[in-house]
Amino acid sequence: MKHLLSIEELETEELRELLRITPSFAEVASRRIAKVPALRGQTVATLFYEDSTRTRLSFEVAAKRLSADTLNVSVSSSSVNKGESLRDTAETIEAMGIDAIVMRHKSSGAPWQLTKWVEASVINAGDGWHQHPTQALLDCFTLQQSLGDLADRHIVIVGDIKHSRVARSDVAAFTMLGATVTLVAPPTLLPPAIHTWPVQVSHDLDQALTDADAIYLLRMQNERQNEALVPDMREYTALYGLTAARASRLAASVPIMHPGPMNRGIEIAADVPDLDQVVVIDQVRNGVAVRMAVLFMLLGSGSSGLPVIPPPELAGASS
Amino acid sequence: MSAAASQSYIVRGGTLIDASGTRPDDLAIVDGVIVPVDEAPSSAIEIDAGGAVVSPGLVDMHAHVGEPGDEPVETMRSAGEAAVLGGFTTVLAMPNTFPPVDTAAVVEHVRILSADALCNVEIAGTVTVGAKGERLAPLGELAAAGVRVVCDPGPGIQNPLLMRRALEYAKPLGLTIAQGAEYLALSGDAQMHEGEWSSRLGLPGAPAESEEIMVMRDIALARLTGGRVHFQTLSTAGAFAIIGAASGSGLPVSAEVASHHLALCDADLAGYDTNLKVTPPLRSAGDARAAASAVAAGRVDVIVSDHTPHSSDRKDRPFDQAEPGSVGLETALSVALTSGLDIESVLRAMSWRPAELIGLGSPTDRALVPGAPADICVIDPNATYVASVASMATNGTNSAVEGVEMRGRVRTTFVGGQLVVDQGKVMA
Repeated sequence: MKHLLSIEELETEELRELLRITPSFAEVASRRIAKVPALRGQTVATLFYEDSTRTRLSFEVAAKRLSADTLNVSVSSSSVNKGESLRDTAETIEAMGIDAIVMRHKSSGAPWQLTKWVEASVINAGDGWHQHPTQALLDCFTLQQSLGDLADRHIVIVGDIKHSRVARSDVAAFTMLGATVTLVAPPTLLPPAIHTWPVQVSHDLDQALTDADAIYLLRMQNERQNEALVPDMREYTALYGLTAARASRLAASVPIMHPGPMNRGIEIAADVPDLDQVVVIDQVRNGVAVRMAVLFMLLGSGSSGLPVIPPPELAGASS
Repeated sequence: MSAAASQSYIVRGGTLIDASGTRPDDLAIVDGVIVPVDEAPSSAIEIDAGGAVVSPGLVDMHAHVGEPGDEPVETMRSAGEAAVLGGFTTVLAMPNTFPPVDTAAVVEHVRILSADALCNVEIAGTVTVGAKGERLAPLGELAAAGVRVVCDPGPGIQNPLLMRRALEYAKPLGLTIAQGAEYLALSGDAQMHEGEWSSRLGLPGAPAESEEIMVMRDIALARLTGGRVHFQTLSTAGAFAIIGAASGSGLPVSAEVASHHLALCDADLAGYDTNLKVTPPLRSAGDARAAASAVAAGRVDVIVSDHTPHSSDRKDRPFDQAEPGSVGLETALSVALTSGLDIESVLRAMSWRPAELIGLGSPTDRALVPGAPADICVIDPNATYVASVASMATNGTNSAVEGVEMRGRVRTTFVGGQLVVDQGKVMA
């Protein structure tokens, strides 16, 4: 595996392998000295063209726990603001000697262009509406912690599917693992050719939740009402929000997920995030572990076809 | 061409195809016109057309030639070489240049520049000042300067009242209004065709209906005004059906399709190759098949190159920031033949029908008969090659068919009796 661009480009076995090795990386985080020398001497650059706190930090922590050097390219204060093209920026930072570029970009497909210009491994940390593969990995891992095997489990994803890279990645990953997925959204927030996706579609959240094994809420952006995609936020919340009443009808075993940041009072009622079954913090915690697994798979011994479980001498605490 | 075409030629062994039919025959070229072979002087050079098709020169109704204003990317010289290598002996140069062709003075300037081209260059004017879609350009002045087609390149004039006025005003001047068909209020910031692939790739899509609504609107306005409308680069099965019905009922409308829409579709965008970003966007595989059937059935009149050269920096970008367009002059004929269309339909759509639509004479005026102008191309219909922009004459670097295996290639081109391409190479 050279790059991680999308879930759809992964073989099912590669997805399962990444999830299988993730616990050993989660274990590293629990150590007193949470660091292994697996990627010592390698450099990982993060190149974020969109603001993101959690994803960038998560990758940075993951790289540091593997002893990689990290290099943050701050787009807002760099030559990008002086009109430098993505290609020139990428070639410039690669010339400094880096092994992987973690990129977030507002343009769908931008990481595909990047792979044509650089030799480094490219990890897609979110491209436009398209893909966010490490989010899907951490979501799968978190769901497995709650539900075990995802085969034949029913996962309900609610919200702005059309503009969501999280939804596109999660649908691909969940269905690859055998889960049944129902998307719940107003028709205006679904992709135009939704009938070609391997999912069920509903416009009735209450009905969809009756046999849900997990519920995944997407962030709803205010600007959607200006585009006439929804009448207003009040109606959206009434029809598609996880209100307190809806949350109270869920079994306690049904995990409630959200990629963050949450809009309390819009897609999720103000007090619902405090319920025990909300696993948003687990998602964040697991994000570091799956990103360690991804970096190790791309840059560590996993990338050369050797056994991907870290050998003991690498797994020992550094120092 | 200014130089006197004193050299004579005999084109031997080919199959002649023109508006009057298909037959094996030889022809000779003396002083820029076609003559019977027995009238050729003994100094005539023999051109071997064995196994090849001899056609009236191709006419491209839709090419962006770079000059004036975009010379670092394309010039009359480079675009003209590309044209004649592709078998085109005449191109209609689009007017969205810098400055735009919205006055007689610019028409004259472009005419002077066009002396550098190896092909004939017809000049389109704009419909509105600066092609901005706000107020009418001096259409009478443009017509007097020799313009026969006016066009605001792009999605077409959005304001229906302005379009009505343009059609009314242009009608007695004999001008055809050519325009694209995209209702921007519906397509928004679309980056590709709306459908399965836009849903997967996370790119905003333009529904086929954003084209079809504009076609219906302009057909209605042609009926209202009697003005002549030519639809540029239609791309959807629905639009082909609508235009077919309208032209069948005698309305003064015609239509073209770009060659890449015959061969490529939205699924080809899976790797976000920006060279495949064109406007209108590559549509579904079904739309591409419908385009070929529409040409074969004559519902669509013309195949064009929609030659739109860019430098690499305009394409080496994320998909939504890349400029749309593809070069096409050198490959349009090959792409059309590769799509499976019969060669008679292809030549009708690329030679005598577009010539008629831009005012170069009737199909019989352009037939390969004694006395006709010696604008001729010789095509080897079975030659195969792999399209490679690096080996093309255009200075543009953006070919939508890069790496695609092509069938059918131009061997020889005469412009005004002068041999400009021989054995697939530009002469002089």
